[in-house]
Amino acid sequence: MNPLILTVLTLGVLGVLLAVVLYFVAQKFKVEEDPRIDEVEKMLPGANCGGCGFAGCRAMSEALVKNDNIDSLFCPVAGGEVMKSIAGYLGKSAAEKAPMVATMRCGGTCQKRPKVNHYDGALSCAVVNTFYIGESGCAFGCIGYGDCVQACKFGAMSLNPETGLVEIDPDKCTACGACVKTCPKALIELRKKWPKNRAVYVACRSKNRGSVVMKVCKAGCIGCGKCAKACPFGAITIDSYLAYINPDKCKLCRKCVNECPTGAIVLKNMEPLPKEPAAPKAVESKSETANK
Amino acid sequence: MRTFPIGGIHPHDNKEWSKDKAIEVLELPDEVKLPMVQHIGAPATPIVQKGDKVLVGQVVGQSVGFVSANIHSPVSGTVTNVDMFPNGQGQRRMMVVIKREGDEWLETIDRTPDHKRECKLEPKEIIAKIKDAGIVGLGGAQFPTHVKLSIPDGQKAEVVVINGVECEPYLTSDYRTMLERAEMVLTGTEIVMRAVGVERAVIGVENNKPDAIKHLREVIARDGYRGIEVMPLKMRYPQGGEKQLIAAVTGRQVPPPPALPISVGAVVCNVSTCVAIYEAVQKNKPLIERVVTVTGKHLKTTHNYLARFGTSVSRLFELAGIPEGDVKLLNGGPMMGRSVVDITAPLIKGCSGLTVITGEEAARGKELSCIKCGKCVEVCPMGLEPYILSKLAKLQKWDMAEEHNTVDCIECGCCSYTCPSYLPLLDYIRIGKQTVSTIVRARAAANNKR
Amino acid sequence: MATRLFAAPSPHIHGGEKTRRIMLDVILALVPALAVSTYIMGWRVLLVTAVAVAGCVVFEYLIGRILLKRGSTIGDLSAIVTGMLLAFNLPVGIPWWIVLVGALVAIGIGKMTFGGLGCNPFNPALTGRIFLLIAYPVQMTDWTTNVPDALSGSTMLADVKGSTYDAAGNIVLGNLNLDNIDFMGMFGGHMNGSLGEIASLALVLGALYLLWRKVISWHIPVAVLGTMVVFALCVALSVGGGALCYQLPLFHILAGGALLGALFMATDYSTSPMTHKGMLIYGVGIGLLTMIIRLWGAYPEGMSFAIFIMNAATPLINKYCRPKRFGTK
Repeated sequence: MNPLILTVLTLGVLGVLLAVVLYFVAQKFKVEEDPRIDEVEKMLPGANCGGCGFAGCRAMSEALVKNDNIDSLFCPVAGGEVMKSIAGYLGKSAAEKAPMVATMRCGGTCQKRPKVNHYDGALSCAVVNTFYIGESGCAFGCIGYGDCVQACKFGAMSLNPETGLVEIDPDKCTACGACVKTCPKALIELRKKWPKNRAVYVACRSKNRGSVVMKVCKAGCIGCGKCAKACPFGAITIDSYLAYINPDKCKLCRKCVNECPTGAIVLKNMEPLPKEPAAPKAVESKSETANK
Repeated sequence: MRTFPIGGIHPHDNKEWSKDKAIEVLELPDEVKLPMVQHIGAPATPIVQKGDKVLVGQVVGQSVGFVSANIHSPVSGTVTNVDMFPNGQGQRRMMVVIKREGDEWLETIDRTPDHKRECKLEPKEIIAKIKDAGIVGLGGAQFPTHVKLSIPDGQKAEVVVINGVECEPYLTSDYRTMLERAEMVLTGTEIVMRAVGVERAVIGVENNKPDAIKHLREVIARDGYRGIEVMPLKMRYPQGGEKQLIAAVTGRQVPPPPALPISVGAVVCNVSTCVAIYEAVQKNKPLIERVVTVTGKHLKTTHNYLARFGTSVSRLFELAGIPEGDVKLLNGGPMMGRSVVDITAPLIKGCSGLTVITGEEAARGKELSCIKCGKCVEVCPMGLEPYILSKLAKLQKWDMAEEHNTVDCIECGCCSYTCPSYLPLLDYIRIGKQTVSTIVRARAAANNKR
Repeated sequence: MATRLFAAPSPHIHGGEKTRRIMLDVILALVPALAVSTYIMGWRVLLVTAVAVAGCVVFEYLIGRILLKRGSTIGDLSAIVTGMLLAFNLPVGIPWWIVLVGALVAIGIGKMTFGGLGCNPFNPALTGRIFLLIAYPVQMTDWTTNVPDALSGSTMLADVKGSTYDAAGNIVLGNLNLDNIDFMGMFGGHMNGSLGEIASLALVLGALYLLWRKVISWHIPVAVLGTMVVFALCVALSVGGGALCYQLPLFHILAGGALLGALFMATDYSTSPMTHKGMLIYGVGIGLLTMIIRLWGAYPEGMSFAIFIMNAATPLINKYCRPKRFGTK
């Protein structure tokens, strides 16, 4: 037989045979999958950040398709609008969720919280946290080696070399929560996101007594409680010498801000209330507190 | 000469700075701060209040549960505060502050200088006395000694291994103890043998301390200590690690965690702990003081002090004269010691020395990339792969770190010491070890519930 | 107080060993061989080496700075080592531009593509050499240009080529006539080959220095050379034994790049296994592959390919040859 014909024949027959085998194998091992999973995955941002609690966007889409009640499922990166459209596509109801933003609650800049020793180990907050409190005297403040910056997949965090503190860009932040999990001092909290990135929060996590705080940091909360008294909504609580503003109750009235003797309450993207004439007195009484 | 089977390094021992300084009794401190945690386990509860008068040897912190230890007052005087104060690492811990007035001891304590060798107590009584005296491992681990000596049911001790290795560079407190307090060490050893019911004890001493080996052997021969043998070991760090020492002395390897030394029939005690055991059992004296080395190349003077616990470490550094410039103050030696950043912190039970290293010695080299030379693997005494463990911890791959046995790590630091690229291997491995240990414990707890 | 307090996790001291010092040791260990080669083959040896080293250093600097946009890494001296090893693998008469191409491939493709020092899966110098061998086969096997007459001609390894089995199943060793070989001359460097591989004695001295400095361990060289000896011995026995039993093993160790490969190329840190057990397996693999290629392969010399292939197997060896965990049997 002509070698050419022989070759064509052999390969042809082989090809057909294998195609048939492949077809049956594919039929046998076919995985039935809801085509909607693919569609939902396309609607999700595809960042695979894990902010939803699942391993990635695919796992999240599967959960969205399988569960009847998807109230507890939320993609912080995509936000409420996208979740609504996904819910609409699946014919389910989406829970309303207010947008959130990560907030770093330490105001101890290099100037206000001087360094008392020189750290010389691996540049990682987690490493520092394994053996001592950090370069300043405060055991609760930002260590400043940027583990959270590394953890952020959206480039929303940066280390300001002048203050030694981490800063968060609220426009880039997707509230995925990766930084919250990373910070060994639990300084970062997901708080309600107000329009125009307005915010009021206590930039301190020190549970030490006021006298101890003042020795190591000029911007720390001393637990004096003035803000709690000033708050008309009962949003501020004091626990272990530390004030906390509940973001769900706070209405951004800003009354607490001027009360704080150490400036631990931070106001973002808003003008502070005009200081009352009695303000100088308030300053005096603050220094009294400081001396106690 | 014997030594442990795998890994290890040979750092310069730097003992010449303080090894010829005889033990001096440090002047009594005016004030002591006593942390309620000076041991592994549950913190002790303060049982004194502000204004209480206390005597030397009186309990001020009561142990809670089995794995815990009593804290005794090392001075007589008035309690001035019970509050949170910073420890050497700046972390605030519960401490009892006592202002010293005179030096009055509890009457039950035998303060006569004569050596009392005979001990006829039952093992249970010995262990009870050790527990009351608040004795913990003085080599640095601070594990409560009574727990170690209580042999679990179904297991049997065969040999007592006494740790006179002091492989950590610079430190000489155990060396001076063996030279000057050999009788106490040996009687303490006899008591431990009696407590755990064995006939044989081996004191492991590295061959860089020939005086100590000779002296101990002389005293054993002179006073007829039976069943106690001094074994010279080839100098190599970390020979003082519990598992390494057992392997060096008996040739048996303790299986991986959670197995304990008793699984190969060994009970290990440090020489300083033996002295404390002697004093507690024979003299009714609780653990209130220890020998501590204050050393460093650039100090004005170096010392081996017998100091009461709670003395501010700043006092010890002051007496030695800290040099100006860049310094690193260490609680312990340079391989495993912890950086001290708050010198108002008190001297604690596990502190066998305060080392001051300066300038270039203190600064770390610039990190380069791993060249896969395998030197960290070669020196690891636990047979681990530090370069992988470090990387896994950095990437937070905890499950893989567990597969690579990260919990076996004894944090000896050989890997970081030897890395030619100056990688902070142990810094990251420690995170991995802590995280994986937490995960393992949580899993075990969950399984127990089921 | 002018005292600044340092803080860091333990350990607080370092053994003082540095990457740079290790690389310097390797360079020092290669210098005797370079000197002997220069003495035997002339000044062009130095020229080729200088071009290769300069090429490697410049390419590493440029790639690091311009393409990878990071600090210069030439300070660790590893580029110089790569350059020297590359030159050692080239014939002395090679045109200078081929040397530069080799340097570019070695550094650019062999090393920097993977992220620089320590990340490369294959020995960079070998990557360069193998590229040149395939791209410029004529120039890479021209052993006559710029070489003293005494050395010109084909390499002796080419003579063992064509080993076959005869009708009785016995092995027949090509054209090699072992009786005419001056083994002492080979040891001293009087043989044909690339410029670094001929000075056997000097290479051994260099390796002894590295062993003494604890830069390399004995495992890989012994495994490679030992395997080659055993293999050659088996072949000699199957041919007929007698004087061949020592001649053939000795010949295979001294000829070609066996010593250069076993002592300096195979022991490269990043491309060889971590544990001693792994090193032995890796070495045995190199020895076997070398002998197979030498006797039956298409190329006269198999060392480069053998190392290259075993480099690829290194991650696998690392995975299965983990160190013995303390407390386990």
